[in-house]
Amino acid sequence: MSISKEAKHDFDAAPWAGKTKRYDIVKEGSIAVAFVAILAIVLSLLMGSPDETPLTFKGWAVSNADNFYATAVQELAGTSGTATYGGPYNKASDGLNVGPFWLQKWAGVTHPIDTVNEFVIAPLSTQVMSTEIASALATWKAASDSQKQAWATAYDDAITKVEGKLSAVPAGAYGPVPALAKGLTDMAKGGALDAALLSQGGFFQTDNTKQILFFGDGSYLDDAGTTANLQGGTWGMMNETGRYPGQAWLWLYSFWYQIPPFNNEESKPIGANADAYIMYIMGALSLGLILIPIIPGVKSLPMRIPIHRGIWRQYYQANGINRRKK
Amino acid sequence: MSEMWTAKLRNKWQKNLPIEKLLPDDQPAYVASWIYVFGVLTLSALAMIIASGIVLAFEGPAWYHVSDVGLFTNSMHFWSVQMFFVFMVIHLWGKYWMAAWRGNRFRTWATGAIAFVASIATAFTGYLVQTNFDSQWISFEAKDGFNSMGIGAFFNVTNLGQMLLLHVAFLPLILGVITVIHVLMVRRRGVVPPIDAEPSLSEAKR
Repeated sequence: MSISKEAKHDFDAAPWAGKTKRYDIVKEGSIAVAFVAILAIVLSLLMGSPDETPLTFKGWAVSNADNFYATAVQELAGTSGTATYGGPYNKASDGLNVGPFWLQKWAGVTHPIDTVNEFVIAPLSTQVMSTEIASALATWKAASDSQKQAWATAYDDAITKVEGKLSAVPAGAYGPVPALAKGLTDMAKGGALDAALLSQGGFFQTDNTKQILFFGDGSYLDDAGTTANLQGGTWGMMNETGRYPGQAWLWLYSFWYQIPPFNNEESKPIGANADAYIMYIMGALSLGLILIPIIPGVKSLPMRIPIHRGIWRQYYQANGINRRKK
Repeated sequence: MSEMWTAKLRNKWQKNLPIEKLLPDDQPAYVASWIYVFGVLTLSALAMIIASGIVLAFEGPAWYHVSDVGLFTNSMHFWSVQMFFVFMVIHLWGKYWMAAWRGNRFRTWATGAIAFVASIATAFTGYLVQTNFDSQWISFEAKDGFNSMGIGAFFNVTNLGQMLLLHVAFLPLILGVITVIHVLMVRRRGVVPPIDAEPSLSEAKR
């Protein structure tokens, strides 16, 4: 029997007038809640939940003092990841773009971060310090901006040249920069930097942006992410620490980072702006999910691939209904 | 009387969603597959998430690090989220293969899909407020995507206070409202008839 599209639509939309059966919606809901509750309790008792201790600046400075020290110098020289990031932290770069859309740049600097003062000078200034560090701080504060930049850049370049091996850095015109970096490293080793970065001289504070960004400028956080198999290039976005399932629902988002050109930062323009391109793609796909009922082809697949024959098997068998030709 | 907004709203509600539809005691005979269970299981997992989340909210985000009861409650929250997504994705695929948007059910599908996207956002902020290594890592990595779109200018994933408030107040409210609308639409329109169903057979009453 063939019926018109309109008649089929009216039939699908109308209240069901065929056979019905008893249905206790409240009972079904209660059983479902009980089932899920029992399952959650059992899983919680058997498995617990992930709780890897957070990293600290103390841990970083103690376990890899040279890397922390070199990162502190980068913050002073303005060459760290944060110092060169762009919006929303500073204007050091235009940020990422997709074609003519420079959304990162257009959104502006809404969380300004001055790595020199907020990551190094201000935290150091909160400490009771040795004569050497106090003198270095006074020298730094009294110097002109160009002089500060020259000292820090010279020292940063020298460290980069010897690939971070501090003992191999030749003598040079570094001014108070080595003393400041040493002072911050000692402060971090003592455990005082975490709180100083967070509070920035205040009392109430709930914004961890400065701590997180400083962490990311060195190798400590990155190494920990690699060890925990959390790197984006290895599906890390949907992984979790330990033996726990992660955000598996981000598989499609994570997928794009595994394939070219998105996984190659050198590839321009897409690989170099992968974060932005992937956000656009996922935005479009999310919109597509919502609009599936009106997307040609995608909306017809359920009629063409007869998975529904399994779902409604009893109905089809009871009524002797065969597939209609599409 | 009929000019009153209140009366109009009541009349419209009673016409579209009478109590018999909201709390039915029968359903079409073709509803006979395990796939139908996953909608109510998703709602049940959401209920567990909200219940365990309320307990966690009372004690604060760092409680579970130092308390066995806190760790158990956090685990309930964690596993309920995992189940919620498993059930929801199965429910979503099931509804896709049933072409469940047929018969004026587009908005039912759309609210469900929006709820799925809103759930991802809500869960994501949850991962940011665990106050553990995971939160440090995820916030550092995730900031680049949001910043690249200019979203990071006002949605700062490294701001614990902001993420915590969004996770426990704003996003659950949005997700809750969308879910309620979705469920009411399901009740109003009823369960979609089978593809290939024969209209002539629907005259036969039980």
